[in-house]
Amino acid sequence: MMAGVALSSPATVAEPVDSPSRRAWRRLKKRRGAMFGLIVIVALIALAICADLVSPHDPIKQSYSAVRKAPSLQHWFGTDELGRDVLARIIFGTRASLSAGIISVGIAMLLGVPLGLIAGYCGGFIDALISRFTDAMLACPFLILAIALAAFLGPSLGNAMIAIGVTAMPVFIRLTRGQVMGIAVETYVEAARAIGNPPWRIAVRHILPNVLPQLLVQITLTIASAIIAEASLSFLGLGQQPPAPSWGSMLNSAQRFLTNAPWMAVWPGLSIFISVLAFNLLGDGLRDALDPKNR
Amino acid sequence: MQKRRTALYAAALLLGSSLAAQAQSTLRIGLAEDPDILDPSLARTYVGRIVFSSICDKLFDINEKLEVIPQLALSRETSADGLSVTIKLRPGVKFHDGEPLDAEAAKYSLERHMTIQGSFRKPELASVDHVEVVDPLTVKLVLKAPFSPLIAQLTDRAGMMVSPKAAKAAGDKFGLGPVCAGPYKFVERVQQDRIVVEKFADYWNKQNVSIDRIVYRPIPDSTVRLANLKSGQLDLIERALATDIKDIQSNPKLKLATALELGYQGITINVGKGDKSKGPLGQDKRVRQAFDLAIDRAAINEVVFNGNFVPGNQWVSPANPFYQETMPVRPRDVAKAKKLLAEAGVKTPVTVDLMVPNNPETRAVSELVQGMTAEAGFDVKIRVTEFATSLNEAEQGNFQAYILRWSGRTDPDGNLYTFVKSGSPQNYSFYTNADLDKQLEESRSKDGVPTRKAIYTGITKTLLEDLPIIYLYHQRHLIVHTDKLSGYVQAPDGMIRVVGLKLAQ
Amino acid sequence: MIGLLARRLLQLIPTIFLVSVIIFSLQHLLPGDPALIMAGEEKDPEVIAQIRAQYHLDQPIVLQYLYWVKGVFVGDLGESMRLKQPISELIAQKLPVTLQLASMAMVIALVIGVGMGVLSAVKKGTGWDAAANLFALWGISTPNFWLGIMMIFLFSVQLGWLPASGFVSPFENLSQSLKASIMPAFVLGNSIAGVLMRHTRGAMLQALQSDYVRTARAKGLHEPRVVLHHAMRNALTPIITLGALEFGTLLSGAVLTEQIFSIPGFGKLIVDAVLNRDYAVVQGVVLVTSAVYIVLNLLADIGYILANPRLRA
Repeated sequence: MMAGVALSSPATVAEPVDSPSRRAWRRLKKRRGAMFGLIVIVALIALAICADLVSPHDPIKQSYSAVRKAPSLQHWFGTDELGRDVLARIIFGTRASLSAGIISVGIAMLLGVPLGLIAGYCGGFIDALISRFTDAMLACPFLILAIALAAFLGPSLGNAMIAIGVTAMPVFIRLTRGQVMGIAVETYVEAARAIGNPPWRIAVRHILPNVLPQLLVQITLTIASAIIAEASLSFLGLGQQPPAPSWGSMLNSAQRFLTNAPWMAVWPGLSIFISVLAFNLLGDGLRDALDPKNR
Repeated sequence: MQKRRTALYAAALLLGSSLAAQAQSTLRIGLAEDPDILDPSLARTYVGRIVFSSICDKLFDINEKLEVIPQLALSRETSADGLSVTIKLRPGVKFHDGEPLDAEAAKYSLERHMTIQGSFRKPELASVDHVEVVDPLTVKLVLKAPFSPLIAQLTDRAGMMVSPKAAKAAGDKFGLGPVCAGPYKFVERVQQDRIVVEKFADYWNKQNVSIDRIVYRPIPDSTVRLANLKSGQLDLIERALATDIKDIQSNPKLKLATALELGYQGITINVGKGDKSKGPLGQDKRVRQAFDLAIDRAAINEVVFNGNFVPGNQWVSPANPFYQETMPVRPRDVAKAKKLLAEAGVKTPVTVDLMVPNNPETRAVSELVQGMTAEAGFDVKIRVTEFATSLNEAEQGNFQAYILRWSGRTDPDGNLYTFVKSGSPQNYSFYTNADLDKQLEESRSKDGVPTRKAIYTGITKTLLEDLPIIYLYHQRHLIVHTDKLSGYVQAPDGMIRVVGLKLAQ
Repeated sequence: MIGLLARRLLQLIPTIFLVSVIIFSLQHLLPGDPALIMAGEEKDPEVIAQIRAQYHLDQPIVLQYLYWVKGVFVGDLGESMRLKQPISELIAQKLPVTLQLASMAMVIALVIGVGMGVLSAVKKGTGWDAAANLFALWGISTPNFWLGIMMIFLFSVQLGWLPASGFVSPFENLSQSLKASIMPAFVLGNSIAGVLMRHTRGAMLQALQSDYVRTARAKGLHEPRVVLHHAMRNALTPIITLGALEFGTLLSGAVLTEQIFSIPGFGKLIVDAVLNRDYAVVQGVVLVTSAVYIVLNLLADIGYILANPRLRA
């Protein structure tokens, strides 16, 4: 512990005006992979917001005369089983995937971080209870839990997000708890306690900021898996409801036409791949940039 | 050639197993689902019936023209008052365990269907009061009231005979190792993997059985099923996709067998239960008529099924002898639909909560219906619901419209009565009509196609007016097999009959 | 050490108990009545009542749970409502399938993942390193079900090289068994390989910079020997730990992969049971798979502690 403090202090002396977040950003900028990921994510978000402006066609407009047509100049990505433009559906599908990724991780965090804080800070029986619960949830097969939850809540994109969020929660509990237990014994926390700060204040003011870098990395990586989870649930018919497009449900309908319309399966899969890749790249970059060992 | 080589590999690898076993002919069938329990009294799935057609023979069978033909029974005779049916059994028939099929065994089987706990045959045989043994090869079914659809029930699971000895010994576990009198006897089953049956040496019609073994494999994905057939992992598959027909027909090694189904696909509308029935769709038949007129059945057939199915508007298909030709499918008429909505004085768009089973084809159909009816002034909200939940929702009337499929029965009564008769278990519309109920009872007591069809005319007219169910289309059973298999004939019930099949090596 | 082990073992009990409670309550929250499903198209009210009574579905939920727990304590996991087959028998039928698939996937993941991890660590900063990293990212970012669909399209539909689905027991026909399971095993192994590659790379880099490797090099040992004998041995612990955890996850069933390739393993069994509300099957199978997972988790921890003496305190 002492060594860590000693190592970081010369850096603070050398760059007195540089905040840690700025420093991390500078390091992140140097990583090509992470920057590529970030650019893709920003582009995807822009695409999701401006879908109406960018999309060449209406994503739910059916055309009985253009059913399952191969990619062409008019329909760059081809058309689907009801004659809808696949490119338009991919573009609008960005909304479902991104919001599912981000919102479900938000839910997981909102539930998991406080529980982790409580467990790590209080210890004792409460910690044991929360920890065993976390272990139990991690031991249940992830997709089975998500399927059961989604079926219980009823099929809709919103409910799929809740289901994914709840099942992704244990990761955040564990992470926060571990970090808290490491930090709670540090001198500045001891000091804060000694001068009589209430526990919640210590948790929010002193502990949480120190957990944040690790959390940020975990968030990015969990968004990546949440996007896959949403696609899986929609693939099983438990996510986005028709006619609104989702990459997972597009893959589900495409499965029947592998032989005579393979493009229907290629594009949604590639889209999932690219968005997940982008979040993974950014997460990796963040991990390296925020890693204290790299300072 | 390829086959022989694999066989040799296998033989070499399995030093213990005999070469003779590998030289046996095996028919490998790809099913669309994993069957439930293989007990004729307790079974409930369509796919289970397919497997039964090799294990359990029935008193009667149907042929491809829907005529009732003898199987384990030789003849039947209904008394003049319609209150008893006398059935003569085929002599010399044995069950797989060597027990003889006599009148006592037939009586036992029928009584088992009627009494065993959890039997699904009980309602099918509800008209039977008791069974009497007349002589060693004759049984008499004494009825509570005349019931013309009874014989049709005996061409299905209710007519399957089970060995009394084996059934008594196994109790409700009989389905784990069924002992019947069919051409093949049960060997083993691995859930979700395979069901194996082998030729029964003492089968009454054994000269027409040439294939030694049949292996049923459940493969839910239709593309994968077809790919397995093409690559020679399977010899026959059921429920191919209509959109794959072109591909199948262009392949010289594949043969397609089809028959128009007995069932239908329709939209059931909640007109009588709970808050969901209180909307304009449930309350006003003009709104339902508008919904019906807004649907383009031909386009659905064209887009989703490449035009291979048959659009329909009644509970039997246009090819059925009971179809009312005077009331054909009406073409789409959006203008008229809008007019009806205006007459009904409802505020458009009329929102409709449409519950849709979770399968890709039905989902595509629902999206088309959504698009079509939107033009007439409806706002359909699709709710894709997995099977188990949908049953509950339907039971509680928690839907406004529900895409529901019925696999169909040989007798038209099985497609109609329980769906529209007031308070019937499958009346998911919660439709009640005292007049109609009277006509339905009458139709059950009369025999002969012209007589019954005449009664159905009035019923059909009422139903097309009130529209508790909007019938959409009738599927074609699409069975594909290799050209090595010969003698396959498809009946309208979709079953895979295995007697008379030959497999070239 | 023994104290720690005893404490960890004791923790297993509440965890497994909680797993069963979570699964049980979740199932009963699900809309849908198993009796109604069982009652089939005809759904005779009398039949439904009988089924409810037979499986205690008409009893309060806590009592239903206690019936189940009582069964578990006498070694009876109950029977499938839908198939009338004992759960233990179903598990025995599925175990070899899942075990074979998981093992094959694990072998593929270890060979590719560890191989690439070592390669990229040794050739750090070169094209090899970049390629291996790209592969790992690909593995982690590809949705399994999509990869499965595309492989079926390519190898079964287009080329006709491999069977599109099914499972053949290796005792029945070895070559066909391998043929049938190679695609799903690859799909599963692919993503794990990515994870393993990254961890191997990290562990190897650390090991290669350590004192003993420097000593070994100073002694003039051959580089391959240094890498394989000295560095590898020390990097192995985290790899084994991670491998054990991934293997545990695989055993609880690869839900979508089994669905797509129609493989009759645990994943397909559980999903079908959830969809049919076959409560006892879900309950029993999840209990067994999660217990296996928890035990593997514990073994991995113990292995980790044994290999890192410093952690023993």
